[in-house]
Amino acid sequence: MYSSSYILQQVINGLNLGSIYALVAIGLTIVYGILRLINFAHGDVMMLGAYLALALLLHQFVPLALVILIPMIVIGALGILIERVAYRPLRGAPEVAMLITSLAVSSIIQNGVTMTITAQPRSFRLPTEWVQRHTVAGVSFSTLDVLTVSLALLLMLLLTLFVTRTRVGIAMRACSENLNAARLMGIPIGQVVAAAFAIGSALAAIAGFFWAGKFGTVDPFMGFLPGLKAFVAAVIGGIGSIPGAVLGGYLLGFSEIFFVGFLPPSFSGYRDAFVFILLLVVLLVRPQGLLRTTSEERD
Amino acid sequence: MWNRARLLAFFPLLLGVVLIAVAQGTLNDYYQRVLAVVAIHIILTVSLNLTNGFTGDFSLGHAAFMAIGAYVSAVLTLPVASKEMLMSDLPTWLGQMQVPFPVATILGGILAAAVALLIGVPVLRLRGHYLAVATLGLMVIVRVAANNWVRFTRGAKGINGLPAFTNLWWAYGWMAITLYVIWRLVHSPYGRAMIAIREDELAAASRGVRVFRIRQLAFAVGAYFAGIAGALWAHLITAITPNSFSFLITFNVVVMLVVGGMGSITGSVVGAVLMTLAPEFLRRIETSVSVGGHPLYGLSQVTISIAVMLVMIFRREGLLGGRELTWPRWLRRWAFGGEEVEGPVPAQQSGS
Repeated sequence: MYSSSYILQQVINGLNLGSIYALVAIGLTIVYGILRLINFAHGDVMMLGAYLALALLLHQFVPLALVILIPMIVIGALGILIERVAYRPLRGAPEVAMLITSLAVSSIIQNGVTMTITAQPRSFRLPTEWVQRHTVAGVSFSTLDVLTVSLALLLMLLLTLFVTRTRVGIAMRACSENLNAARLMGIPIGQVVAAAFAIGSALAAIAGFFWAGKFGTVDPFMGFLPGLKAFVAAVIGGIGSIPGAVLGGYLLGFSEIFFVGFLPPSFSGYRDAFVFILLLVVLLVRPQGLLRTTSEERD
Repeated sequence: MWNRARLLAFFPLLLGVVLIAVAQGTLNDYYQRVLAVVAIHIILTVSLNLTNGFTGDFSLGHAAFMAIGAYVSAVLTLPVASKEMLMSDLPTWLGQMQVPFPVATILGGILAAAVALLIGVPVLRLRGHYLAVATLGLMVIVRVAANNWVRFTRGAKGINGLPAFTNLWWAYGWMAITLYVIWRLVHSPYGRAMIAIREDELAAASRGVRVFRIRQLAFAVGAYFAGIAGALWAHLITAITPNSFSFLITFNVVVMLVVGGMGSITGSVVGAVLMTLAPEFLRRIETSVSVGGHPLYGLSQVTISIAVMLVMIFRREGLLGGRELTWPRWLRRWAFGGEEVEGPVPAQQSGS
């Protein structure tokens, strides 16, 4: 049997990984909600955030708050730029065209980084006080873990306030509900889409920082798998819904950690396969996702 | 019967045979390899077109089927002596077996098709974006399996030292078979059904098209030829690892497809040729030009991606749209005696 501290340890790990998935999934879900675009480049935006944080870390005089804040602002702005250049010319185009374009954007970002910084993985070393492990009642965690979970929860709280209390946030939800009706009501779609990309990219940037801090390295292709898994998380929760993305992210984080932690070690190599099998199961049982009540059009 | 229509098809075939013989005799290894890759890319693009262009299911899992074909054929053709050395954990019957290359290729294709039929049951219930992501997930699943099923795949180390069976004859022979089979399929009642599903699934179903069956058929036939292409690829490069069949391959095949025009077989051929040869030229620039002291690895991939974005913005239907390249009108009149041969309905790009 597993000791209670072992189980608690797995819960902490799941909370940690789930927070990162949730942050990435939010960006995917708000963009999908408005544009019906699966942004395959989102994981690469996350990678850019990690690289920018690394560049700041290499200058030791930059305080950690800025290492987190500057990438969020810069990458958020970059998200707006990407939307302008790549996706806006395709407004009204078939969904497949946007999907293919996002694949192209993803490839451009990856290879752009390869060209300028090389494909060599780099170590992402945080100051020791952030990664030092503390043990409380047999459960071990680092300051970074605490920061990851608490900052993620704080940002999600702020986002909830944003979409319920501000004009832009409410407009965003309206567009997600029905884009054409929102347009007819005089909502400036362009600004709403820009805001969605900015928020999503900023959250991806901070998720990139947490991800790189957790695994200790960055490379140009690091965004592919977390991006894809975050999409799985968004679909599981019900894509288009922000609470759904959060729920899906944590659910995915927990199941992945539990899959590795409670099954024989010979299974752990299959964790990535498990995630997609989970996706298939959820889609077959509840194709609209967990938090969507109405069955939307699937195509 | 040697009527004119047959002659019209026979001459390019003869020309092709002569050209391959000449190429095989005169070109150096590098150019032969590039030409073989062109043929493999044509097989991949035309077979992906069956789902993505004709049936309207946007699949991103082609590299997965390619990997299956590659691994199956590799295990089957590896000489017994190398198997004893490299893969001692194989079951004895497999370890002692060595089958001829064509048989291994076909078995690779069949296994890829079988996996497609099996995975198609859950995956093909999905539509649109969900299908795209689920098939992408399939690719991750296959890669994880290749990495962990060490007994059969040697895990991350991959299988090397494969016999270099793939030459221009095999590559272009299989390309001709692929083109013939898919052309006939698309112009058969099954092909009509696929196009009907793409245009309006509900209407097709109400006219008696067994939608799920047809979608499965397109998926499985596409997977079969992807498996064949994987086997050819493995025996061209002579080494495979789980990372050989990455998302990059799927992406590049999708690019060839959309540049040529989804819904057109000749378009796929044009796209595959163009998007295989163009990066080949760019690759030279990649290593010969350097900025700030390091070579520009990735430049050709960036150029391809920018080309795709431009195609999406300015010519969304691809170079050929849904049309097919055909013989000039006077030649058709000569061969078919004036009656026009009907092609499949061109793809309509419908807005969201």
